Amino acid sequence: MDFIPKLFAKNELIVAFLVVGLIMFISVLVSKHLLRNRIPGAAVAITMGLILAYFGGKKGIADMPLFAGMAFLGGSMMRDFSIVSTAMGASLSEIKKTGWVGILSLFIGIAVAFFVGGSIGYFMGYKDIKSVATIGAGACTFIVGPVTGAALGASSDIIAISIAIGVIKTVVVTILTPLIAKCIGLDNPQTAMIYGGLIGTTSGVAAGLAATDPKLVPYGALTATFYTGLACMLCPSLCYFILSLFI
Amino acid sequence: MKIYGVAVLSACFIAGQLIGEALGILFHFDGNIGGVGFGMLLLIVLGDWIKKKKWLDAEAETGIHFWSGMYIPVVIAMSATQNVKAALSGGWVALVVGVFATLLCFLLIPLLSKLQKKTEPSGSSL
Repeated sequence: MDFIPKLFAKNELIVAFLVVGLIMFISVLVSKHLLRNRIPGAAVAITMGLILAYFGGKKGIADMPLFAGMAFLGGSMMRDFSIVSTAMGASLSEIKKTGWVGILSLFIGIAVAFFVGGSIGYFMGYKDIKSVATIGAGACTFIVGPVTGAALGASSDIIAISIAIGVIKTVVVTILTPLIAKCIGLDNPQTAMIYGGLIGTTSGVAAGLAATDPKLVPYGALTATFYTGLACMLCPSLCYFILSLFI
Repeated sequence: MKIYGVAVLSACFIAGQLIGEALGILFHFDGNIGGVGFGMLLLIVLGDWIKKKKWLDAEAETGIHFWSGMYIPVVIAMSATQNVKAALSGGWVALVVGVFATLLCFLLIPLLSKLQKKTEPSGSSL
């Protein structure tokens, strides 16, 4: 019967597609029936991925030969490639309509998340600059954390923390948005764009707005689309440089 | 042809990575500076331009859309291959940073919203 594990090992990437598909399927069911759509399926699936990784080793679940392909599917090449592809949904002329406050909201959102997140990390015991920057970047989104961490050469456990921070942010945004939408005046396209720019985590923003008012989703998602790209550019460069003046 | 869309995406990706690497060398920094971000900006500009010139048909665009649809699955695979055991030793950091930094961003929304209303030219409101 040893031909079965051999077959799985030989087709590791295809097995990974199947595994991720199953994780997504279960997560959507959990999101729909157990959580009443309060937390989006994607956020549940990412959390489930982190839980599964706990049962693996240094490379998470990919340390088990059966799931070795997950390391390739979730590796930096595929990750960066799929992120770049999401830019196709955005258009420069649309962002211009937002006015300069929309652009300002992106920079303020990234700066606040990075420096506040990094400072909390610093005071909680992560004193070296690479870790502080990666934790701060994680407070932007769960993409910016690992991209920044990889660019700076942070350790895998810090990168995992930064992903956890980003996932917690997505969950907080998704649950909190419909609850406090009225208090923060989130009922028009302009505020939705500012909200997308300040918060940035695309899945959280899209899910949070969908629960608040589906008409606002494209406006918030539009600015949020730029957030991850801009943060991926700023965090390992300009933000890291400013940080280096203090640490 | 779907592959044309994928090829455009790949070109933007590689060009972005090259810019990122070049900036890394320029700033004496051991790594890639913003390669992903530059790739995205290139795709926005180039994608817009190609669409206007009608060099890519709708089918070619689906080649790009397929990969943007794979973004969440790739992130799931990425999270499943992290060193979570080591991260859990700093579990409180993740929770405190994730919640506190996010709440602060929420508080800034009404402030920027006021600023936007002040600067908005009359008659252009939606």
